[in-house]
Amino acid sequence: MSGYKKIEMVVGIFVLVGVMSIAWLAVELGGVGGLGSNGYKVIAIFDDAGGVRTGSDVMLAGVPVGQVISVTLKDNEEAEMVFNIKEGVLIASDATVSIRTKGLIGEKFVRVNQGSEEDYLAEGDEFEDTESAINIEDLISKYIFSGETK
Amino acid sequence: MEGIMNMVGQVGRNVIQSVAKLGDATLFALATLRLLFAKPWQGKHFVMQMYAVGVGSLIIVVITGAFTGMVLALQGYHMLVKVGTEALLGPWVALSLIRELGPVLAALMFVGRAGSSITAEIGIMRVTEQMDALEMMAVNPQARVMLTRIIACAISLPLLVAIFDVVGLFAGYLIGVEMLGVNGGVYIGETIDKVGMIDIQAGITKSIYFGLLVGIICTYMGQRATATTEGVAKATTRAVMLCSVMVLVVDYIITSFYL
Repeated sequence: MSGYKKIEMVVGIFVLVGVMSIAWLAVELGGVGGLGSNGYKVIAIFDDAGGVRTGSDVMLAGVPVGQVISVTLKDNEEAEMVFNIKEGVLIASDATVSIRTKGLIGEKFVRVNQGSEEDYLAEGDEFEDTESAINIEDLISKYIFSGETK
Repeated sequence: MEGIMNMVGQVGRNVIQSVAKLGDATLFALATLRLLFAKPWQGKHFVMQMYAVGVGSLIIVVITGAFTGMVLALQGYHMLVKVGTEALLGPWVALSLIRELGPVLAALMFVGRAGSSITAEIGIMRVTEQMDALEMMAVNPQARVMLTRIIACAISLPLLVAIFDVVGLFAGYLIGVEMLGVNGGVYIGETIDKVGMIDIQAGITKSIYFGLLVGIICTYMGQRATATTEGVAKATTRAVMLCSVMVLVVDYIITSFYL
């Protein structure tokens, strides 16, 4: 029986190592139990979501402070986004949000520009002012157009 | 004319036989899996099989995983550095490993190490009439021999794949950061940023299906082997071939669902 006990032990260790590997992958890389579980939700209405998707980063001063948890169409004309902001991060009620791009062709993220008010956004609050994505095509056409009129 | 007719007939015969075999294998698998809830529970034999197929494949999976991670980092670095994007080496290694190479390579190693031995073992048990002996002792051979092996495969392969992934990631990090000089913080940061839960889920889902597939094919081939030395040898070769091909085919199908 002692031989079988030993086999049982080895199989137990094998299963534990395997399960720990799955758990490590899920927690460390999959982001399970990180953001999303705790924090508070705030809403922002944009004219143009400009490529931001569920899971995009929300950054304050270049530091990730949350994630976009939904992007939906509001009243058939505007984009409504819900952000999940980490517990403990305070955003002034007059802060603004804008959509930016990481690098020249990188992915889109939401940038929060901190305000100066003393009171802070709480669960379910909405940003007062938003700035939509900068559309490079618009910029280029504007530049060409202004060149012609000279 | 006669020759052509014969050839066409031969093709038809082969197709009909393959379909019949597929049906036979499906019925065999269903009949075996139904025994999951049958008593007595074959716990001890299941643990023995976990030891044989799971722990037995551990070393080869760790070695394969380490070298796969290392070569991915090495190869990827020299491709990415040409366009100045070596910062993406981390996600390159991690996504290739977790989504594709982990499940597929571990499964192929598993087929060679555990699958072949399952078919050979069951085939020889049939040659030496051990199955009949078990039945004489009122033990259901399908529950004790087949089911325990199929379940052991389905449980141990996902665990092996997870170990393969982790070992590969560390090996890739070693080569990428310590040897090739990619910034360590960037490597880890980009990896965490780009790898999502869906990728890990895809990899683990694949490995569960692969495990079941390997278990079912290898036990079926052993069970239906002609009860001679030659028959067992043939069945083992066929089982390994069929498993390897099926792993790649099923991999493509599952990947197309997870994009």
